[in-house]
Amino acid sequence: MTLVLEAIVLGILTGGVYALMASGLTLIFGVMRIINVGHGALVVLGAYLSFAVWRALHIDPFLTLVITMPVMFVLGIVLQVVFIRPLKTDREGLSVLVTYAIALGIEGLLGFFFTSNYVQLRVWYADSSFPIGSFRITYVYLYGFLLCLAILAAIFLMLYRTTFGASIRATMLNRTAAQLIGIDVDRVSAIAFGIGMATAAAGGVVFGITNAFNPGSHYDLISRLLTIIVLGGLGSLRGAIIAALVMLVSEDITSVLISPVWASFVFFVILVLVLLVRPQGLYGVRVRDRL
Amino acid sequence: MRSLPRLRLIQGAGVVAVFAVAIAVPALAPDPATTNIAVFTMMYIGLATAWNIMGGYTGYISLGHAGFFGFGAYALGLLLARFGVAGGYPPFLLVPVAGLLTAVLALAIGWFALRTRAATFVIVTIAFMFMLQLLAENLVGITGGGGGLSFPIPNWSGDFFNTPYYYVMLLLATVGLGASWLIRHSKFGLGLLAIRDDEDKALAVGVPTRAFKLTAFVISATLVGMIGGVYGYYVTYIYPQFVVDPLIGISMVLMVFLGGLGTLSGPVLGALILEPAQLWLAYNFGASRLYLVFYAAVFLGVILLLPRGIVPSALDLLERWRNRTGPPASRPATPATPAKAVAP
Amino acid sequence: MSLLQIDKLCKRFGGVVAVDECSLSVEPGSITALIGPNGSGKTTVFNLVTGFIPKDKGTVTFKSQVIDRMGPDRIYELGIGRTFQLARIFPRLTALENMLVPVRRQGLRALFSGAGWSNEKARAMEMLEFLEIAHVAGKLGGALSYGQRKLLELGAVMMAEPDLVLLDEPAGGVNPALLDRISAHIRKLNSRGITFLIVEHNMGFVMNLCTDVVVLHRGRPIASGKPEVVREDAAVLDAYLGA
Repeated sequence: MTLVLEAIVLGILTGGVYALMASGLTLIFGVMRIINVGHGALVVLGAYLSFAVWRALHIDPFLTLVITMPVMFVLGIVLQVVFIRPLKTDREGLSVLVTYAIALGIEGLLGFFFTSNYVQLRVWYADSSFPIGSFRITYVYLYGFLLCLAILAAIFLMLYRTTFGASIRATMLNRTAAQLIGIDVDRVSAIAFGIGMATAAAGGVVFGITNAFNPGSHYDLISRLLTIIVLGGLGSLRGAIIAALVMLVSEDITSVLISPVWASFVFFVILVLVLLVRPQGLYGVRVRDRL
Repeated sequence: MRSLPRLRLIQGAGVVAVFAVAIAVPALAPDPATTNIAVFTMMYIGLATAWNIMGGYTGYISLGHAGFFGFGAYALGLLLARFGVAGGYPPFLLVPVAGLLTAVLALAIGWFALRTRAATFVIVTIAFMFMLQLLAENLVGITGGGGGLSFPIPNWSGDFFNTPYYYVMLLLATVGLGASWLIRHSKFGLGLLAIRDDEDKALAVGVPTRAFKLTAFVISATLVGMIGGVYGYYVTYIYPQFVVDPLIGISMVLMVFLGGLGTLSGPVLGALILEPAQLWLAYNFGASRLYLVFYAAVFLGVILLLPRGIVPSALDLLERWRNRTGPPASRPATPATPAKAVAP
Repeated sequence: MSLLQIDKLCKRFGGVVAVDECSLSVEPGSITALIGPNGSGKTTVFNLVTGFIPKDKGTVTFKSQVIDRMGPDRIYELGIGRTFQLARIFPRLTALENMLVPVRRQGLRALFSGAGWSNEKARAMEMLEFLEIAHVAGKLGGALSYGQRKLLELGAVMMAEPDLVLLDEPAGGVNPALLDRISAHIRKLNSRGITFLIVEHNMGFVMNLCTDVVVLHRGRPIASGKPEVVREDAAVLDAYLGA
């Protein structure tokens, strides 16, 4: 029983980083109605950037965020303006191809500069843990979780307490209406993408500390992130967070009770079951074209 | 279009000519390196055409078709192993069976995936593809897992080896094109195009959208599965991550977008351009990961510069040139064929 | 016996009650108008009847068959066609192809056979001629003018020979000359046996064309009967002019 409890706790802790990454992804979809299949590659990029800074400056990997988050934010705006804004019509179909191309490009560049060897960010306190009840929690996982929590909280605060956040939400609800009331949706889109990139940077650090990674790791990541946001409902932040936790907890429980091999499979089963009952996901909205 | 019968004649002659060249390729360029390129190019012509039946006609973009490709490969491989079929011509006879199995899988997956619309559909197809990859890797007892699955090897001579595969791929591509043409000129095809334009309106005029979408999906997947089977047989040994490979799935999509979604010649053109280019890039830059960067650059170039694809853009240019050189061409009101206005 | 019978239909969207215990009937052969101030629930009734949105409560009966759980395509097959407030056609298909999309459920073979084609094409051209837009048969739907689209939409709906046609604001955005033509077309189709239920704001159009009128206010009917009678009804005047 303690094994299951431990699995749940671990699931929640690791679920935090997926919640953060998925939030960025679903925010991008909500604002721009594009599916950023390159999000996994952006996370890996963030991880590698932190890796480079960590190796150069020998600081704690978490601290590299001070550099990588702003850099990724700006990069996000550039990417959005150069590659995504030009797609005027049929955004969904083409956007998938464009973001996939970006992902490939990033994978290629990372492979060129860092080779395909697996690397991992190391903290000096990687093995220290503290006890809770009859099992131990590793500090690293806890710090990672707290970081993600903090950033998510900041995002929610921004969305619901600032004027800019209101313009993001307005654009998500109805792009044309937002334009009509004077919101610069292009600017909102660019900044939203930048925010998405910044969350990818943070996610990248936590991911990079708790996993070995190489340029090809983005496939596995994006498949999980995409299924998370579908389960949660495209465009819903709340949904993304809950879905992420559901995924990681169920995976860890399956890992413990059945076998690690089938862990990721369980999540797909949950997805299928939910889609059977609610094709729009947990918090998604049933889309019906204008009636 | 000024003289319709003459245009039809030219089109028909063109198709026959292209087909004749296609049949003659192994005779014209018999060295294995070239025929290898021919096999892969013909394979992608088939794949792109098959994908177009779903993505191009209905507008539902499936990014999980690589799953059907891999499934077809494993299906054929396992059938051959199960029935102890030796290398040579007989394995080709089991390809339709692999196709049938893929059809059943597509029916199941499509039933789920088509409960959703547009954006969600894309992601669900991706999810199913990764699920299939997982199954391929983990059902070690059946698929051999990461160790891979072997196919029987025919004892054809080195120079001749690629040729039968080429002709089978040509056959499958022809079947795909035939199916695509038949669909486009039928009421079923019109229904699919209507779904693409305005799905709710299609419902309002009685189009059974769910059944139509599912049918297109299954037809598309079956073709892809059969092609996957032949591929597996061609490369003689398959691994999960190389046969259920997202890159294969995205390549066929890109080829259709390049050539022109929903057209007949678009996917063919897209494959003819991109596959040799892809092979050349992989050959010259495959070692360094830069090959991916080049590919990405090509990708982005195509999408941003030619968003509608080559064939529709070319037809547009042609139409505008025609309007310049004569009195404003008014489209004849004669109902020649229903699909006249949609690009050939 | 009525062609279409709506009994105590209810529909709410969140806190907004759009249709409130609405009961009405449409007699066969009539041209019935469904009028009422904006927000009175007219289009919602259409959407409920044609299966685009699910009802909360009540029943809809068509030709003695209960249809309130069916999908839009099944309802079209049974014989109810509809047009939309903003004329909807398929922009990337030609006008003729637009006419050939509607499905009459003649079985699987009909979908792929070439034989039925020429018959259907002939009927389509005939309808296009009737609506006086045959000259644009080869033009893409997206290239048509709004008036042509409205006529095309009506024509396409007619292809399956429905018994009841729901028209959502047929006079909307249409110039007076075209309006007369539309009126004439509807009258001619009606004389061929087709029943119409029309949502409309243009009172002149309604009074001129319709045989019966139902007035909706806040989701429920407040008056029904012959046009001249309804026009004088105090409750109706109050609904339109009052607070």
